[in-house]
This record gives sequence, C-alpha cells and structure tokens, in this order.
Amino acid sequence: MIRNLAWVFAASLALHLGAALPAAAAASEPEDAWPALADDIFRGRPLADGAGLVGLEMPVRAEDAAIVPVTMRVTLPPGDTRYLKKLTLIIDDNPAPVAATFEIGPNAGISTISTRVRVDAYTNVHAVAELSDDKLYVVKTYVKASGGCSAPAAKNADAAAASIGQMKFRQFAAANAAPASAPREAQIMIRHPNNSGLQRDQVTLLYTPPHFVDELSVWQGDALLFSMVGGISVSEDPNFRFTFVSNGAATFRVEAKDTNGQRFRQEWPATEM
Amino acid sequence: MPNRCTRHGRAIAFVAVWLLCIAMPRSAVSSDAIPLPVREIAVGVHVYQGAIAAMTTENEGAIANLGFIVGNDAVAVIDTGGSVRQGRRLLAAIRRITDKPVRYVINTHVHPDHIFGNAAFEEATFVGHRNLPRALAARGQFYLDTFRRTLGDELMTDVKIIAPTLLVDDESRLDLGGRRLRVTPWPAAHTDNDVTVLDEATGTLFGGDLVFLRHVPVLDGSIKGWLAVFDDLARIPAQRVVPGHGPVTAWPVAIEDERRYFTRLARDVRELIKRGETIGAAAKSAGHSERTRWELFDESNARNVTAAYSELEWE
Repeated sequence: MIRNLAWVFAASLALHLGAALPAAAAASEPEDAWPALADDIFRGRPLADGAGLVGLEMPVRAEDAAIVPVTMRVTLPPGDTRYLKKLTLIIDDNPAPVAATFEIGPNAGISTISTRVRVDAYTNVHAVAELSDDKLYVVKTYVKASGGCSAPAAKNADAAAASIGQMKFRQFAAANAAPASAPREAQIMIRHPNNSGLQRDQVTLLYTPPHFVDELSVWQGDALLFSMVGGISVSEDPNFRFTFVSNGAATFRVEAKDTNGQRFRQEWPATEM
Repeated sequence: MPNRCTRHGRAIAFVAVWLLCIAMPRSAVSSDAIPLPVREIAVGVHVYQGAIAAMTTENEGAIANLGFIVGNDAVAVIDTGGSVRQGRRLLAAIRRITDKPVRYVINTHVHPDHIFGNAAFEEATFVGHRNLPRALAARGQFYLDTFRRTLGDELMTDVKIIAPTLLVDDESRLDLGGRRLRVTPWPAAHTDNDVTVLDEATGTLFGGDLVFLRHVPVLDGSIKGWLAVFDDLARIPAQRVVPGHGPVTAWPVAIEDERRYFTRLARDVRELIKRGETIGAAAKSAGHSERTRWELFDESNARNVTAAYSELEWE
C-alpha cells in the first residue's frame, strides 16, 4: 500500500511538473492500475472484499479476445435480506476500463448477469457489486487475451450492416417445476457492430469512428429490470443474460440507444414457464 | 536471378548485365533467398506445402500452402505466405523454374499466413475477392500489430498490407498465355472474402481456406454460409485440390472431412443453444466427437464454437 501511495504521489508530481517519469521507474514497477482506477470510479468509497458474496467467471485464456464471456453473480447467505443495486465490470488494462455498469431495478431480483466483452491485454478484471446496504464489494480475476479492442468486429460485414438494431429476447425454462417466486432467466441480444474506435484502416490510416450501444434498459411491464451504461469493451452484438424474479407482467420491453443517437425499442410477450 | 541474367546475357553483353545484376538492391534480386521446396503436382503447377502448425518465428509463418502456375507468357502466384521472407523464397523457387514475369498474385483471402508475403511481388497485379480490400482495411493494422508479437520484429519489418486492384465480383478468367485460370468468389464461408482458383488445363483447384485437410478448419466468416457452399464447391470440375492447409487430395472427396466437421459442429451448437447452455459452456463440449480426427483441434475448435454460437443464436 505504501508503495502504491508513493507511486501515485510520484506520478501526480510528475504530471504536475509536466515531466515524464524516468523510464527505469516505469519499467521496474509493473504498476497495478487498480488502486487509482478504483479511486476514480468509486470516488474513494471503501471497497470490501467480496469473496464468497460476489462471483466473477471468465475463461482464464480467452478463445477469441473480441468475444470473452463473463458472468457476474451475487450469492447472499440464507436469511440475508440485502439485494443487488448496482454492478460494475472493470477490465483494468483496456483502453476504457469501465466495460459496463448495471443499475438493477428495485424489485427485479437480479442476482446474475452475463455478457461478452473485448479484452485488449492480459489483465485483471474486477466486478464491484453495490448492495442495498450501500456498501461496495469487489472481486477480481485474471484473463489472458489480447487485441480484443482493436480487433475488427464483423466476420461477415455485409450481414452485420444489414441487421443493425435487430433484437432477440429469449426466456429460459426453469430447470424444474419451480414456484412463481423462483428466479427465472432471460437473455437480450441486439445486433450492433459496437465499433470501439480503435480499429484502424491500414490504407487510409484513419480509425473507424466509435459507434456503440451506450444505453440499454430492460423492463417487465412498467418495472425496470436493469439499465446498462456501456462502453467500447462490450462485444459486437451486445448480449446480456440475467436472472430475475417475475412480477407477472404480460410483456418485456427493451430500449436502447447508440452513440450516434439512434434508438431501438422492442417488446415481447412473457411466456408461461 | 543471376541465372536469369546469364541465360539472357549474350557473350558481349555478359559483363554489363552481370554488373547490372550486382548493382541492383539485394531485395530486388532476392539472391539471398533460399528457394522454397516446391513440387510440380501437375504440368506447370507447383506447390509448397505448409506445416500444420501455428505461425511462429521459427517457421517464418510458413504454414499455408502456396503455389504458382506457369503459362506460355506469364506466371500466376496463389498466396504469398506468412512473411516477406517466405514470399521471397517463393519467388526464388519460381526463378529456379522460369524467368517469365509474375503477372498475377491471387490472394485467396485476408488471413496473414496467405498475404504477408505480398511485398515480395510488388510488381504483379494483385487479384482478390471484391470484399478483400474492405477486410484488409478493417484488419490490416490489427494483423500487423498482433503478429509483430508472435513473429518478431525481424520477420515483420518488411510486411506490408497490399490490397488487390483487380477485384473479382463474378467468376473471372485470367490469361497466362495459352493457359486460363478461373477465379471464383464465394459468399461468406471461411471468411467473407474467399476465392478459389481453377487451372483449367490440368483440372487443379486451389481451394484456399475453403478447404482444410488434417488441420482443423478455422471459422472466421459464417458456418451457415460454409455449409451452404459445399454442394457448389463439389461441382467444380477439378481432378485434385490444393487445400489452404493439408495435403493435395483428389476432388471433390477432399471436402468430406470438413463437411462432416461443420455439420456436427452446427448440430451440437444448435442443440446447446436450444437447451439454454451458455456460449462458454458450449465452447467446452461442441464438436468434441471430431477431436481425434484433426490436428490443432484444441487450438481452434473452441474458437470455432464461439463464432458458430454467436451466429446460430440468432436463428
């Protein structure tokens, strides 16, 4: 900790003086980006160790750095009445570390969210859960992948361009005949290149402008399930799978917006499970 | 190249030509390049068979099959290899066999193991799928950056992204003088910019990476598209195929292994999606009945599943 503080102090001093840090110092200290990041993102609020409470699942080595599956899960002990209010996913060494922030609706009962992200370097990944006690709980994992952010999106560029904004909503059957109060699972998918702005045309030397879904919200009836604020680390064709508790509403609705201001909205009937 | 000079040089001009030769830049005469070992698999059709391996510094990126076809007037090169060093060695192999000019370089698709040798052939006309310039624009810089890490600075120094200027939109023919090549563009399959090349004289097909043997197929386009082109591929009137990876094989029996692989992969992935399994879980199990039938299965299958899943979940 002392070392970290010294490092932050040295770095800020160097910045104030407008001087670059000596190369030797930078090289000998493969510095951990997290303390400064955490301070920035959570404005100095204390982060408690979330081990046992918050789960963060990612493959150790990603098959495709542009599509790395990640699952965040909050598991409370029996009788604990707290609930999840907010989840933040941070990929420390990505160009824009905050991959996505999920605000959970008051009675949504969401405990698990899975998505797919781009990973640009071998990096720590942090998940921070804010529970209804207004405390923050953090866990981390490490993932080996590289180049995911500058990796070009479309494998089939014509198909991708033709289908932007198309959405699909899936509702999964519960494993057994579960009571209505038991958590259910659903998935929202939206077609979008989610261009990171880091993909460079080698001929023109220009960068493809960033163009990504920056807001998305999912509703059952008029009740918010979750809303997401996303960055360039979310993979092409953003995809969110989540558990929730049904409120009996007849429809699900998704509203999304991208950085060009284009809006997408669609509704689906709830199916009997 | 000195061969070419001496062969052309008449006694009187010999010394002058020789002086010209040694005065030319080394890279232009590629006299330092050890010719790639090539095999003449049909009259005038020469093939280098790449290693079944990933691109590394040690193998100079030489993992793809490359070839050249010699006509009465000119030569066509099909893919240039995984480094400029390999491209120069291919050129040296050509110069051992003929001094005719390389008129065309056909890039079968965008992947680095097929195009990184392009800079060894800058005077030729580059031929590719109409989507190839777009794919090079989107991926070229990424390939230059990532492969610098795997191949090292020395091999990457001269690598340049060279886009085709002769774009193939429909089936087209290239003339090498008394010898015609049929270049066919395909819908999205291995990539969204695959072409095949048929030497009509010998019935030799260069399948590019639409055809894999022994080396597990790699999916970077569309699994549905790939499954959909097999019947049309099989109708190409060829005797034999030079696959993108793997041994030269009789046609069309050569595609049956990969057709089976993708049929099973699509079936497995669809079943897992239907059962509500996640993409991560699918990557661990789909296609595993094929595991013992392919080399490099563990390196690429899970990635193929990821690509197939994110395509098929939209059905």
